[in-house]
Amino acid sequence: MTAETGYNFAYLDEGTKRMIRRAILKAIAIPGYQVPFASREMPMPYGWGTGGVQVTAAILGKSDVLKVIDQGSDDTTNAVSIRAFFARTAEVAVTTRTRDATVIQTRHRIPEAPLHASQVLVYQVPIPEPLRFLEPRETETRQLHALAEYGLMHVKLYEDIARHGHIATTYAYPVEVAGRYVMDPSPTPKFDNPKMDDCPALQLFGAGREKRIYAVPPYTRVRSLDFEDHPFRVQTFDRPCALCGAEGVYLDEVLLDDAGGRMFVCSDTDHCEERRADGPIGMEAAHA
Amino acid sequence: MLARGFTDPVHDAQGVFRAVMDALARPGTIQALATGLTPPAPLTPELAALALALADADAPLWLDAGLAQSPAVPAFLRFHTGARIADDPAEAAFALVSDAAACPDFSAFAQGMPAYPDRSATLVLAVSALSGDEGWHLDGPGIRESARLSAAPLPADMPARLARNHAGFPQGIDLILAAPGRLAALPRSTRVREG
Repeated sequence: MTAETGYNFAYLDEGTKRMIRRAILKAIAIPGYQVPFASREMPMPYGWGTGGVQVTAAILGKSDVLKVIDQGSDDTTNAVSIRAFFARTAEVAVTTRTRDATVIQTRHRIPEAPLHASQVLVYQVPIPEPLRFLEPRETETRQLHALAEYGLMHVKLYEDIARHGHIATTYAYPVEVAGRYVMDPSPTPKFDNPKMDDCPALQLFGAGREKRIYAVPPYTRVRSLDFEDHPFRVQTFDRPCALCGAEGVYLDEVLLDDAGGRMFVCSDTDHCEERRADGPIGMEAAHA
Repeated sequence: MLARGFTDPVHDAQGVFRAVMDALARPGTIQALATGLTPPAPLTPELAALALALADADAPLWLDAGLAQSPAVPAFLRFHTGARIADDPAEAAFALVSDAAACPDFSAFAQGMPAYPDRSATLVLAVSALSGDEGWHLDGPGIRESARLSAAPLPADMPARLARNHAGFPQGIDLILAAPGRLAALPRSTRVREG
């Protein structure tokens, strides 16, 4: 990858990095609280991960190894572009291997491989405020967080139960961090919520358009909101990955033809490829 | 002549920030901090590195009496950071304390507001001894089961101050303890008990 000249290391100027770094430090000290920051325009549109990119740019150093995933995949447009962006503006090493990375920027998934203590997971967040669709006014949601008044969220989950018989929220499932702030885990499937709890890696969240940064320190209690008689449950799949045979992982549905043919494969492409390289072969591959 | 700043401003500042980030994310752990700075006394290289990495025109500094009275220290910090040096500790984003044993009460510094607890100060205390093997027991976010930390010199009532600071969560100050070549941090989320 050819390096770009004329840019500061990792694109952002040093003043911007300092501002973002100060926001990150406060976010870590107040787990789950959304710190406002002066989000910059980035050379990509809002909605493409400008918040995550700014957090990554602010923490990245020469010796970091960067992995970028989009819905679990290393090779979709968003992931490829952001990886190339930092390879060119920061000349950092990049990888698709979860365990080799020191900084992992993610859009809407947490890798299947367990994270370790020397890693930082950076989430791209579209709407950081978990109460936003229940209360549109920022002044009010600020107040609700200040008072730890989260009754609205429980009403929302209760209405799910009243209407559907179960909590029908499947992604961006609200969590309570360290017993205090209710936080939006970004639109990850709720399947990934348990991975946030007591995670050895530092988790940072950046919302570019909404100008918020928040964090979950390592080994922090992250509890998905629920009720005693309707405990939190993750999605389950009735079949293993068609390519690698993995069970207990999050699967994507892939349409094969116009006749209703479909298969279910790992959403985490690196996890799937590593398993196939190591041996286990799924049903589809065996039939091929 | 004015003492020089970072040799490599971009990467040195990044290194200092990552040490502070890791220290705050994992309270009780000791993070290595190489600065390459020789600031005017009594400013320690570690305090100087924190200021150069994180303070600027948007993040005012406050200096304790020992630092403020040395003419070379404010001049060094003003030149290299561009930060305003506040007379009122309540206006500071970062407070540099060279005489940790005489650290003012935390209530003198910005605590944040209930709706904006992030608008609060970070105190950086110069200590000579710092160990993660003995001393106070820590628990809270960032700590796997429990951690320990001891630092000296500090005010005798430091555990009581830290307990009050934690009780005010999410408001409060965050504390960075910087010893020669290393640092540790006690964010407001950490509960500190005497060993």
